[in-house]
Amino acid sequence: MNQSVTTGRPVLLDIKHLRKYYPIRHGLLQRVTGQVKAVDDVSFHIFEGETLGLVGESGCGKTTAGRCILRGIEPSGGEILFMRGPGDVVDVARQDPQSMSTLRRNLQMIFQDPYSSLNPRWTLLEIVGEPLLVNKIARGKDLEDQVADMLKRVGLRPEFMRRYPHAFSGGERQRIGIARALATRPKLVVADEPVSALDVSVRAQTLNLLEDLQQEFQLTYLFISHDLSVVEHICDRVAVMYVGKLVEMCETEELYLNPKHPYTEALMSAVPKADPDLKSQRIVLEGEVADPGNPPSGCYFHPRCRYAYDRCRVESPALREVAPGHLAACHRAEELKLSVAPA
Amino acid sequence: MTPQNDLLIEIKNLKTYFALDEGTVKAVDGATLDVRRGETLGVVGESGCGKSMIARSILRIIDPPGQIVDGEILYYRSQAGAPPGASHQVDVIDLAKVDPRGPQIRAIRGAEVAMIFQEPMTALSPVYTIGNQIVEALEQHRQVTKRDGRTEAIRLLREVGMSLPERRVDEYPHQLSGGMRQRAMIAIGLACRPALLIADEPTTALDVTTQAQILELMLRLKTERGMGIMMITHDLGVVAEMTQRVAVMYLGRVAEVADVRTLFHNPKHPYTIALLNSIPKLGRRARARLQPVSGMVPSPYHRPKGCLFHPRCPSVMKGLCDQKEPPLITLEGAQRVACFLYGGGGER
Repeated sequence: MNQSVTTGRPVLLDIKHLRKYYPIRHGLLQRVTGQVKAVDDVSFHIFEGETLGLVGESGCGKTTAGRCILRGIEPSGGEILFMRGPGDVVDVARQDPQSMSTLRRNLQMIFQDPYSSLNPRWTLLEIVGEPLLVNKIARGKDLEDQVADMLKRVGLRPEFMRRYPHAFSGGERQRIGIARALATRPKLVVADEPVSALDVSVRAQTLNLLEDLQQEFQLTYLFISHDLSVVEHICDRVAVMYVGKLVEMCETEELYLNPKHPYTEALMSAVPKADPDLKSQRIVLEGEVADPGNPPSGCYFHPRCRYAYDRCRVESPALREVAPGHLAACHRAEELKLSVAPA
Repeated sequence: MTPQNDLLIEIKNLKTYFALDEGTVKAVDGATLDVRRGETLGVVGESGCGKSMIARSILRIIDPPGQIVDGEILYYRSQAGAPPGASHQVDVIDLAKVDPRGPQIRAIRGAEVAMIFQEPMTALSPVYTIGNQIVEALEQHRQVTKRDGRTEAIRLLREVGMSLPERRVDEYPHQLSGGMRQRAMIAIGLACRPALLIADEPTTALDVTTQAQILELMLRLKTERGMGIMMITHDLGVVAEMTQRVAVMYLGRVAEVADVRTLFHNPKHPYTIALLNSIPKLGRRARARLQPVSGMVPSPYHRPKGCLFHPRCPSVMKGLCDQKEPPLITLEGAQRVACFLYGGGGER
């Protein structure tokens, strides 16, 4: 199964109706009075070898979605179909802990903060070697060789193996985190804001490294980020989330040249452009991101949308194909002429 | 040259050092720059380049063991009662020499030079209401009754675009969203009508759409009030949108100062050029490889000799850049650059 109908490319991960709800409890008896729909019926797929960007503002559920895929957080519902090998598809959401632990070597994560995500009391050998050890891939001298090899590939000197994370700068620590994630040769890597904590000059080095490693190991990335310029640079396709729902998804170029959802338009126009001649035709959104525990009626974006009309206030728009390969959840997607980030 | 009465802050060869057990950290090491009345100066650089320490040196709020060891911070203070904009008399105060706990700096700090911080949740007190914190800023510098203070606080909150200011004034910081907290922070900074507002990464902790709101607000306030803003940031996009002039810093020194168009279209210092090349640009549609600045920012205890950037510089000149420190020289159009490529090295 799992060949995309339109392109014929193999699908590595197929996510169907993924949900993560958190109960809101009130009162003495801690009765459940509502739900925070952090991830609300999200469906998308990732082709083998591509980079899919997942963008949105804080609290939109992008990190929760990423962690649900690795079962770092237990999803409330939905299917996460992962193609382990040709013709061998497993539902990650329904694995027992034992089979999950063998599956995890295929599914790894790169974290945002290189300071808090590395154990300060472990040497690089322990940090990068641990996944090899627990998966019984290597031990002893072989383990050291593999760690040395991995460190070399991410651009660190193997002699550093006995040192502790504090001896390294932010960019180097992020490389250590990447080495650890790639040690078991995973197929899918969820990169959660991997360059957000880094300085500009180091950010470019790390992005180049991620691209090189993708080539070298045939990796598939789910790249979670709020930074639209980084996403445009590294991703093949982009999915935009707003208050737990997907609002738009298509190829990167198509999204930036031809956005179909007003939220995407506003998001892109809000990014400060590094060119003083392009000063602001900024669309400044009024108000704040909706509360996922008490979302507005109809389309969640309608209170901030300058194109909203009566239907948007009552009817929640479904994610549908508005152009070939271009999904958007907006009632007016076809009629609106949305502006584009200046080129 | 610029007319002298235009100047607001003039920093000359400022050195702020931290004497630690491991060695001396030269957070600011001979920085020279100025801010003029009513302009927005961007100060950019990567973490550890000393941009925040310049701001803290101006306000004299450096934590020990840090101290100003050399240099001048001249503050051109307009005399009370002079109408703003008129060619008025100015006093010149060297803020580097005043007692950091004395009455003189206390009269300036928060009233004439105010600062807004990066992380509004840690900069605001969690145990006082927003209103109390604004009134406190007012009470420090003038006599106000409780009722007047409260009215003024509500007026300020309305000015910074806070919804329902009458209600927000009695709320605590944890009841507000990140963007609202930053608005409250700005209201405190504006309370005494400062001549200079120092904004230290004011939008770094915020989402893009909230960032757009805050930047829009700052642009509006600057036009309405005619104050100078020193915008400290690492985001070149924010610099391009907000500032008139930019100072690029590297390891405690100013590498280049230019007006914003010149800096982006005709950068001179190799570090500025490298920095501009390393950022992915939105809408540029280039999946071309990024060109990162090679190497890493050196450790503060092992600063390179000569030009601080020479180990990472693609145009390094052996025997010159690794021996002598390049002075900040002025090119045409008041662009200033500290690099031997443009002279200043004497005989080669």
